[in-house]
Amino acid sequence: MPADTIASGLRRIGAGAIKAVTRVGFSARFFMVVLSRTPDAFRRGRLTMREIYFAGVLSLVIIMVSGLFVGMVLGLQGYDSLNKYGAGDSLGVFVGLSLVRELGPVVAGLLFASRAGSAITAEIGLMKTTEQLSAMEMMAVDPLARIVAPRFWGGVISMPLLAALFSVMGVFGAYLVGVRLIGLDSGAFWGNMRAAIEFWPDITNGIIKSVVFGVAVSLIAVFEGYDAKPTAEGVSSATTRTVVGASLAILALDFILTVFMFRGIGG
Amino acid sequence: MNRTAMDLWVGIFVAIGLAAIVFLALKVGNLTSLNTVPSYRLEARFDNIGGLKMRAPVKAAGVVVGRVDGIRLDAKTYEAVVALKIDNGYQFTKDTIASILTSGLLGEVYIGLDAGGDTVMLADGATIGKTQSAVVLEKLIGQFLFDKAGSGAAK
Repeated sequence: MPADTIASGLRRIGAGAIKAVTRVGFSARFFMVVLSRTPDAFRRGRLTMREIYFAGVLSLVIIMVSGLFVGMVLGLQGYDSLNKYGAGDSLGVFVGLSLVRELGPVVAGLLFASRAGSAITAEIGLMKTTEQLSAMEMMAVDPLARIVAPRFWGGVISMPLLAALFSVMGVFGAYLVGVRLIGLDSGAFWGNMRAAIEFWPDITNGIIKSVVFGVAVSLIAVFEGYDAKPTAEGVSSATTRTVVGASLAILALDFILTVFMFRGIGG
Repeated sequence: MNRTAMDLWVGIFVAIGLAAIVFLALKVGNLTSLNTVPSYRLEARFDNIGGLKMRAPVKAAGVVVGRVDGIRLDAKTYEAVVALKIDNGYQFTKDTIASILTSGLLGEVYIGLDAGGDTVMLADGATIGKTQSAVVLEKLIGQFLFDKAGSGAAK
């Protein structure tokens, strides 16, 4: 008996591992196919436009309000810490660098994954459940070109713009707190910030990060939707997997990208 | 949502997104002072560059006139060779002195240029002849203590 339970346990672990590796392979193949449908997404520009509207325009409010509040909190906390060392005037540098390099792309990416990524997964998953995708295939319409590719590219285009807006709103929030509320000199705030932050590499690295996060979140969202079990339960668990997987992917990718980028700084 | 309204919103979104990137580049970063001005290269040799970093400013009379473009060690003479990128608008005389300075006690390290009275100007790729190395605080303190001990013994 115990030998039997051990064997079945081992078998289950093995089956799980094989399933996980198969999924990785399937998602890589899926990514390639979506990329190959890129011309279709841009030939029918209106479809992609619609997705930019749903993923980007409708995320504007949450991104801008969050950016403003994150910036204001950074302003208060940063001033409190910096002022202990008599460096309150460096608040602009502190806020600007942390937003442009890290918080802008990462927090905007996390919000984007939960606001737009989950919606994309639920939409595609529901289309699959109600057999709309199969119906399209029956009519010789490629759902990958018509449904998946526009959503993927809509997300990839929206993400860097949202991240930049997040950073700008954050800097503005820190300006409100630092200059208007605490009474720092506005010249020192902007001047120190401009002296310390370089377009290359600081801002370009932030943009590169947001593009990479956009690709990762959009790919995970469309893949989970396309791969969802065609049941109500399957769609709901696929949506959860999108938010969890995309958030973890953003944080892990951020670490990897930062390791590579900081090699280039100060060398 | 009809088509024109959606197009309008997407247009507004893309426009303010791009405006945000431009704002980051010009207001938050300092793109304006970078690469837009044509420049020429000078070299300077120092015994010790202290904490000088790449892209540190080069100042004349406190005004930024260029940036440090490269730092390497001459394997034969064991001197640090620093490449300077100077804006084309500024010319320096041949007897210019380059010194490594620090703004304040803990501030950034930069290169200061003091122009002399020569009539010949430094051309692109020329080497600045007179340099003054970085002041290493530990050496200075060591020297001070040594001198103090020496003068104490003489008395």
